[in-house]
Amino acid sequence: MSERLSRTRAVRVGWTSAAVVVLCALPFYLDAFWLRIGLFSMAAAVGAMGLGLLSGTAGQLSLGHAFFLAVGAYGYVWLAGEPGPGLPTGVAAVLAVLLAGTAGGLFSPVAGRVRGVYLGVATLALVFLGHHVLLTADSVTGGFNGRSVPPLELGGLSFSADPGLTVLGVPFGAEERLWYLGLALFAITWFTARGLLRGRSGRALVALRDSETAAAVMGVDVSRHRSAAFVVSSMYAGLAGVLLALSFRRVVPDYFGLVLSVDYLAMIVIGGLGSVAGAAAGAVFVTALPLLMTRYADQLPLVAAPGTTDGTVGPTEAARYLYGAAIVLILLFAPDGLHGLVRRLRTRLGRRRTAPPPANATSPTPSPAPDARAKEPTP
Amino acid sequence: MTTLLDNVFNGFALGAVYALVALGFVIIFKASGVMNFAHGSLLLLGGYLTAVLHDDLGFAGALAVSVLVTAAVAGAMDRFLLQAGGADPHTAHVQTIVTIGVDILVLTDLSRRIGGDLLSLGDPWGDAVSGLGPVTVADSRIAAIVVSTVVIAGVFALFRYTSWGLSLRAAAEDVEAASLMGVRLTRVRMLAWCLAGALAALAAVFLAAFPAPGLERTTGQIALKAFPAAILGGMASPPGALAGSLLIGMTEALVAGYQSELHVLGEGFGDVAPYAVMVLVLLVRPTGLFGGKAAVRV
Repeated sequence: MSERLSRTRAVRVGWTSAAVVVLCALPFYLDAFWLRIGLFSMAAAVGAMGLGLLSGTAGQLSLGHAFFLAVGAYGYVWLAGEPGPGLPTGVAAVLAVLLAGTAGGLFSPVAGRVRGVYLGVATLALVFLGHHVLLTADSVTGGFNGRSVPPLELGGLSFSADPGLTVLGVPFGAEERLWYLGLALFAITWFTARGLLRGRSGRALVALRDSETAAAVMGVDVSRHRSAAFVVSSMYAGLAGVLLALSFRRVVPDYFGLVLSVDYLAMIVIGGLGSVAGAAAGAVFVTALPLLMTRYADQLPLVAAPGTTDGTVGPTEAARYLYGAAIVLILLFAPDGLHGLVRRLRTRLGRRRTAPPPANATSPTPSPAPDARAKEPTP
Repeated sequence: MTTLLDNVFNGFALGAVYALVALGFVIIFKASGVMNFAHGSLLLLGGYLTAVLHDDLGFAGALAVSVLVTAAVAGAMDRFLLQAGGADPHTAHVQTIVTIGVDILVLTDLSRRIGGDLLSLGDPWGDAVSGLGPVTVADSRIAAIVVSTVVIAGVFALFRYTSWGLSLRAAAEDVEAASLMGVRLTRVRMLAWCLAGALAALAAVFLAAFPAPGLERTTGQIALKAFPAAILGGMASPPGALAGSLLIGMTEALVAGYQSELHVLGEGFGDVAPYAVMVLVLLVRPTGLFGGKAAVRV
């Protein structure tokens, strides 16, 4: 048994390092379009993992994620730019994340007490009020037209195309450099989110989701944990906002609307509630789908080229149909999302592989039950 | 003084229309525990049907058809999508997210059809106005108040006097007990969704009528303002939804009416004022104004 455990661990480590090598090598082979898709997906994944902690693990429905993304993005732009304090960009990025956390903390008198659907609607208010502020506070946010984003500089390396840089014969523009930044931030959030989920606080949140009363009886401080989940999730959103701002190079208020919040909700639902890997997969799906469909619109059946307005289905609409349908179908047929699908598939494959070869054809089919039960306690 | 009366009247009319939408939310929530995020697209569907059919069927005919179709769509959505996983009330939050998926689908399709157009619903009031004492008011607003009052009274009578209303109240009180008493939960639930759909289609008429320019693809977003209204009243209380709607309507109309005095808050604050009011109320009463404190048995 322990031999098998250590073997699965070795296999897992092998897969992870292979994935890391591939991800690090990609900028040398892909052009800017694909790298940009990757960047947006990584930024979205960071935000989605935060929302996953809140909605999937703690069971709190939040539609306010767009607001915290906006706080992160605009916070960075204002802190690093002109007008604004003009801080060093690295410091501004860290402060922007903390600012988003603070915004979440300020909302915690509501977030700590209001439950479930009530919280969903209360956070809806944040999106609308936030959008209003973004439009009217011209001096900070630049109003309707938004502001351009100062590129990040860390230790003399600028994350923009400006001082040309060539690595191993490949010219490194803004996308290539931001890719590694995104990858690093993605890895950090991935491991912190998993650590949180598997640790004491993650178990407390799951207990809260399953039964508030029972959790309270077991000694979980209900409103403190709920507020904490909200603050952590806002900080993840703030980080995602900073990364998005850096990739877009311009922030506009209309991007941070209710649609964005719903997109994030769609990501964690499609990926599977309560799973970090699922949130990341859902983020890639929801982010990449419309971009890919726009790019390959002319090769897809039933989809018109972008810009046609004669009532045919454009690529953006086609993408929205697809993921609207994905939400409904996944919840109907696989309520645990992509994560659950993969896990079931893996169990089935594993069972087939470990099943003993039939000694003689007349023996009844080996029952899979004991094997499945033996697998169950594996975390 | 006239301005104040004007604003109060406008607020009342707005509140009456919001009440139609908010009542729908509350009925659905009471019957199924689901927060229906697809309500905006149901409303838009109702408005769109009235708009495209009124040339052929006349306004009344088009409205009747759109109310029936929207009710059927809402009912079908509940029966075939939400109840597909069983009517287990513990899955209510999953079903809430399903409604978001349905909303994306319906809204994308209707937006694509409507495009950038402003559709006229062909309502009989047009841009006529009448003098009501010192203030001049749009006929469509008077109609909104009258129709909403009659319809809402009808809905409350349904709750109070029909066996369906009794079943609904019983099911909202205790699902298992109601089911043991022979209440057919599936059907009670589906009828509740139909009723809410019908109310939304009706509300669309008044939201698109004068002084609004007509039905646009963002009209459905107005339904979102009925969320604060329903929450303010405490989701499970129909009278609370009415009070919340009036409060929201008044707030919006007064803030918009006195915008010049309130310019510190920025232009267009009237549109978001309902949300500000809601956050303030939730700070003090986390379950809304009329929501009871939930007792939990372990």
